[in-house]
Amino acid sequence: MKKKLTLFMLMLLFTLVMAACSAADNAANADKAEETNEAKPTETGSETETATEESDTIKVGILHSLSGTMAISETSVHQAELLAIKEINENGGVLGKQIEPVIEDGASDWPTFAEKANKLLQQDQVATIFGGWTSASRKAMLPVVEENNGLLFYPVQYEGMEASPNIFYTGAAPNQQIVPAVNWLLENKGSSFFLLGSDYVFPRTANAAIKAQLEAEGGELTGEEYTPLGHTDYNTIIAKIKSENPDVIFNTLNGDSNVAFFKQLNDAGISSDDITVLSVSVAEEEIKGIGADVIAGHLTSWNYYQTTDTPENEEFVANYKAEYGEDAVTADPIEAGYFGVYLWAQAVEAAGTTDVDAVREAAKGITFDAPNGTVTIDGDNQHVYKTVRIGEVQSDGLINEVWSSDEPIKPDPYLEEYEWASELSESLE
Amino acid sequence: MISQKLFNNRIIFSVILILLLFAPLFLTDFRLNLLGKFLAFAILAIGLDLLWGYTGVLSLGHGIFFGLGAYAMAMYLKLEATGGQLPDFMAWSGMSELPLIWIPFQYPIVAIALGILIPAAIAFFLGYLTFRNRISGVYFTILSQALVLVLVTLFVGAQNLTGGTSGLTNFKTLFGYSVNSPASQMVFYFITVGVLAIIFISCRILVKGRFGKVLVGIRDGENRMRFLGYNPSTYKTFVYTLSAAIAGIAGMLFVLQVGIISPTMIGIIPSIEMVLWVALGGRGTLIGPVIGAVFVNAAKTGFSESYPEFWTYFLGLMFVLVVVFLPKGITGLFTKWKERRQKQNDTASIEVSKSYSRL
Repeated sequence: MKKKLTLFMLMLLFTLVMAACSAADNAANADKAEETNEAKPTETGSETETATEESDTIKVGILHSLSGTMAISETSVHQAELLAIKEINENGGVLGKQIEPVIEDGASDWPTFAEKANKLLQQDQVATIFGGWTSASRKAMLPVVEENNGLLFYPVQYEGMEASPNIFYTGAAPNQQIVPAVNWLLENKGSSFFLLGSDYVFPRTANAAIKAQLEAEGGELTGEEYTPLGHTDYNTIIAKIKSENPDVIFNTLNGDSNVAFFKQLNDAGISSDDITVLSVSVAEEEIKGIGADVIAGHLTSWNYYQTTDTPENEEFVANYKAEYGEDAVTADPIEAGYFGVYLWAQAVEAAGTTDVDAVREAAKGITFDAPNGTVTIDGDNQHVYKTVRIGEVQSDGLINEVWSSDEPIKPDPYLEEYEWASELSESLE
Repeated sequence: MISQKLFNNRIIFSVILILLLFAPLFLTDFRLNLLGKFLAFAILAIGLDLLWGYTGVLSLGHGIFFGLGAYAMAMYLKLEATGGQLPDFMAWSGMSELPLIWIPFQYPIVAIALGILIPAAIAFFLGYLTFRNRISGVYFTILSQALVLVLVTLFVGAQNLTGGTSGLTNFKTLFGYSVNSPASQMVFYFITVGVLAIIFISCRILVKGRFGKVLVGIRDGENRMRFLGYNPSTYKTFVYTLSAAIAGIAGMLFVLQVGIISPTMIGIIPSIEMVLWVALGGRGTLIGPVIGAVFVNAAKTGFSESYPEFWTYFLGLMFVLVVVFLPKGITGLFTKWKERRQKQNDTASIEVSKSYSRL
């Protein structure tokens, strides 16, 4: 009987702690909070306690995976965004106010991304969220930002077929990365393709587009393989590639799988002279993990490389290294995360407020001299105009540009410009 | 004495219930939604405690039953959101019409029923085969873990049917009402509290009666029970099936409140986490796992909000500390404290009697 009583006491205590938690979070409702505040100092963070003192700072959310399998890629984007915020603050902030980042961890778990996005928008009332990497994390946050009418700046190239009014896409749309890469390969490397990808939305959708494009432009498909995320045994697939002997492997593998695939390809005695691999998810950061000697000579397609020759980039690379160490490398998603913060800041300045609808309206046509060149927000679909660059991996781990588009290309997430894609985009809408 | 005990139990229980029912008054919509999610986990923990705490069968595979319930509900919500159209992920996987196994999930009642029946059926099948063949202990645990591995691989692989690693999300309405509006979230919260109360009371009645004694008997001496004429495999299969059904219900309530289900939520790591809730709360107490589930998840959210870069270390430290210093979980702490007080009382009374004898 006594035991029951103590259990009850425990439960009571716990409920009080929960209540206190909510009280601290919600200092805005001070009247409600008072009655529970004395219960206990809470586990919820210090950043939430200042929720109401919004006079001199503007809060923005930063939501990337800092733990779990995606942390290796997302941590550097997170750092680039913090660098941009720091730079903007040093130059006087936005609307005369300092930007205050509220950092959350998406933990490589999509429901957590949804939960944290909800928290940032409802509890912290952030002006915008910078975050996400995988398409799955974006799709998990999409209903949350739409429901709360929030903003999300998403910094990674993706499969397209999406244009939420509440999301700004600063990575490449398929016509700014994949379509030009296929064209370039057809012209320069040969017409028989082998498609290899991780088994999820991005590779599946990207490959559906590539197949339609190959069919329309006289390419030949010799094989198409998908492996689960995190898969590391590619010997069977490499044997198959050997027997098919394609001119090009179009690689949409993500994460650790690339390390295994390139090592095993190299071990099988296939060099970049025999079969060229073009990757769309391997950037400078990933090359560090794969080993430059193994992947040297293979190709990538992005909008930005650390070696991109612009004055803005020189400064960006220098600042990034000064902040995060001489060994740190910059890459396309890092750069996209970085200039995303600047685009948002400019849109807020133009709108004169952080109100989402006003910012969205003001963002149309905003331009910024990013490290990759001039980027412009397309008012129609909230993607950005970007220059396309095909690069070759060097033995020092950096990527040298071998081709670039003459000017920034208009984003076309639904591939409306291309006749061969009409069926594809119809079936997906 | 017995009536007094019952009376007290009821009071304690009603007070907790009232606190939960009044929580909306002092929690923001977001915190309430989180508490609702934790309570959905607590429901699962009750079922797991029935199986592990009372019957002594450790399952490291409850994530899958949770997931099956969650997916059943999510499939219905997805179909309602697309208005009978093909969900987007099917289109990019090259499907042209709704696959056969999705068709029953157009109907909410069928979807809810299947969300309970499918996990129960799978648990019954696995339980029947293993327990009848007297596979128990660590061997059963390994089997349950293998079940997770198999089914999660299937869920990820059958992308055209399940949405693959992205899972199912972007729901709009349930019975025509918006799923995400604060009002419906409030309703879901109360439904969760109600379901938690019903399941807690039913399980309590179950374990307080003869049935519960048999379960504990199986846990502490399976062969003796067999010699006494009970068939442990029947009991184990029943409890396993029951706890899988409870996990399915928890999964459905989870999806309604969180709005997304993906394989990361049902795999091996979450399955082990579920066992941790029970262990941390104190197994074999029913109330312990409820406390454990809410406590661990609140701590997880709290730590990760306060220290987004280091929260995993804090969580790990907490697990280690509890396992080392509180082997019987949080509720064990109170039992210990009670015992110590009783001992003090005893020694006090001895001293009193001594002093009497001196007189």
